[in-house]
Amino acid sequence: MVMDITFEKVGYTYQKGSPFESRALYDIDFDIKQGSYTALVGHTGSGKSTILRHLNALNKPTEGKVIIGDREIISTTNNKNLKGIRKKVGIVFQFPEAQLFEETIAKDIAFGPKNFGATEEEGIEIAKRMLPLVGLDETYMERSPFDLSGGQMRRVAIAGVLAMEPEVLVLDEPTAGLDPKGRTEMMEMFYSLYKEQGITIVLVTHQMEDVANYANHMIILENGTVVKEGAPREIFKDEAWLESKQLDVPATVSFASRLEERIGLQLGEIPLTTEELADKLVAELNRKTAAGLNPFEGGDAK
Amino acid sequence: MMEKLIFGRYIPGNSWIYRLDPRAKLLSTIFFIFVIFLANNWQTYLTLFIFVLTAVLLSEIKMSFFINGIKPMIWLILFTVILQVLFTGGGEVYFQWGILMITSQGLMNGVFIFCRFVLIIFMSTLLTLTTMPLSLTDALEYLMRPLTALKVPVYEIALMLSIALRFVPTLMDETEKIMNAQRARGVDFGEGNVFQQMKAIVPLLIPLFVSSFNRAEELATAMEARGYSGGEGRTKFRKLDWSASDTLVMAVFVLMTGALVLLRT
Repeated sequence: MVMDITFEKVGYTYQKGSPFESRALYDIDFDIKQGSYTALVGHTGSGKSTILRHLNALNKPTEGKVIIGDREIISTTNNKNLKGIRKKVGIVFQFPEAQLFEETIAKDIAFGPKNFGATEEEGIEIAKRMLPLVGLDETYMERSPFDLSGGQMRRVAIAGVLAMEPEVLVLDEPTAGLDPKGRTEMMEMFYSLYKEQGITIVLVTHQMEDVANYANHMIILENGTVVKEGAPREIFKDEAWLESKQLDVPATVSFASRLEERIGLQLGEIPLTTEELADKLVAELNRKTAAGLNPFEGGDAK
Repeated sequence: MMEKLIFGRYIPGNSWIYRLDPRAKLLSTIFFIFVIFLANNWQTYLTLFIFVLTAVLLSEIKMSFFINGIKPMIWLILFTVILQVLFTGGGEVYFQWGILMITSQGLMNGVFIFCRFVLIIFMSTLLTLTTMPLSLTDALEYLMRPLTALKVPVYEIALMLSIALRFVPTLMDETEKIMNAQRARGVDFGEGNVFQQMKAIVPLLIPLFVSSFNRAEELATAMEARGYSGGEGRTKFRKLDWSASDTLVMAVFVLMTGALVLLRT
């Protein structure tokens, strides 16, 4: 079955029908294709987290519909029988360490699978497989999750979501508050899941570097509605527009555009990752050397 | 979850009632709840209704807020009213079945109880809608001050109250978040039999307690780091200010009590 997630004219109003009602989403239309790595980007309060809760029917749209795989969710959809969706779409919420509660790490990781029908033994078996995936070893199985450091708790919580073996993995700022090393490890781990197991990933983030490094689709939100959608390379071209939405481009892109400004270096297509930028600079240097020019001198802007 | 609950919420505004001293509002609300038991005929209830509706108008808050405030309590109110109607004897008997009977006296009583509920809910909703929780604790602290003579730790109680009030919304958010996270892991809240429902609460309660412990520790550290060392010798940032209109409010309440005493039978 194809696990695309499609939003059709989705609107959402909090506390509808009460004097405190407030509108969070308007007319949202987008498509998260199976096997894509989508980045959901926007300023704080733009509705990212609200959208996120629609991806596995934790919230139901007050207008329009969300199609998850073969299920259609509208405002009147019954709360029963949504478990199938929740198993297929796993969400790692912001600061997921807050969801740990069992007395051992193994049991906590097995909690998700057990809710979806796995037996105790199967659950523990899955937990054993998941721990190395998030960078912990089997010695952690019997420890209490509350003895761990914040970063390790985060890993256990993420393992708990991965244990449900979702087809779509939704990540809400999974690296917020982690050190740079933990951050890279975590992002690489998700990327290898995406590459090797073909998991669809939806990433909510403020880190444009992560978007540039990993995502192949980008959705930009502002004030509860989609303002732009497309490939990161296309979207990062327009630095001024992004700035007007209180967003910025990755460091590589701004570095490349500064090079162009200062010494008139033309790199062609914008570089998204550091490797790409380095490759282009090396190519440029080789070209100049071959042409008998001083490679370290500004070219056309003399 | 609790999103429809209006009773006990604060709505920002700036009408005359908002600017009254919280001590005046708190005192008059408590006073009102006692005074309401003086009313025992339609004239007295009419006086009270006129009085409360004037207060609601003065607050410049939409009437729908108050009506909504009653909604969550409607079953409790109806239950009490029906009991009153069915079990009160006296006056003309309209209907009788065993010990159950509907009498003119009973109907009257039912109507009065209903009025009493509505008036009390309106008045206390008015208090919480127009007074910031923190102002309320300030008022409470001030009014409890005489109790220090009886060795009651008034300052500590007030501090605990204001911290508790401050963290109610934060904890509600936290609850919501953990609930969502666990639902995403396949927990069904509010489904199945009582035993299953209680079991489903565990993955919610434990993280909530743990995070409250952590929060308390962090808060205590932060307070100490900022030089907090107990209630002795502190000054106040929010000063309560009793003005002429507050005295006027109290005077109106006394007048109303006088009127009630005269009108009651």
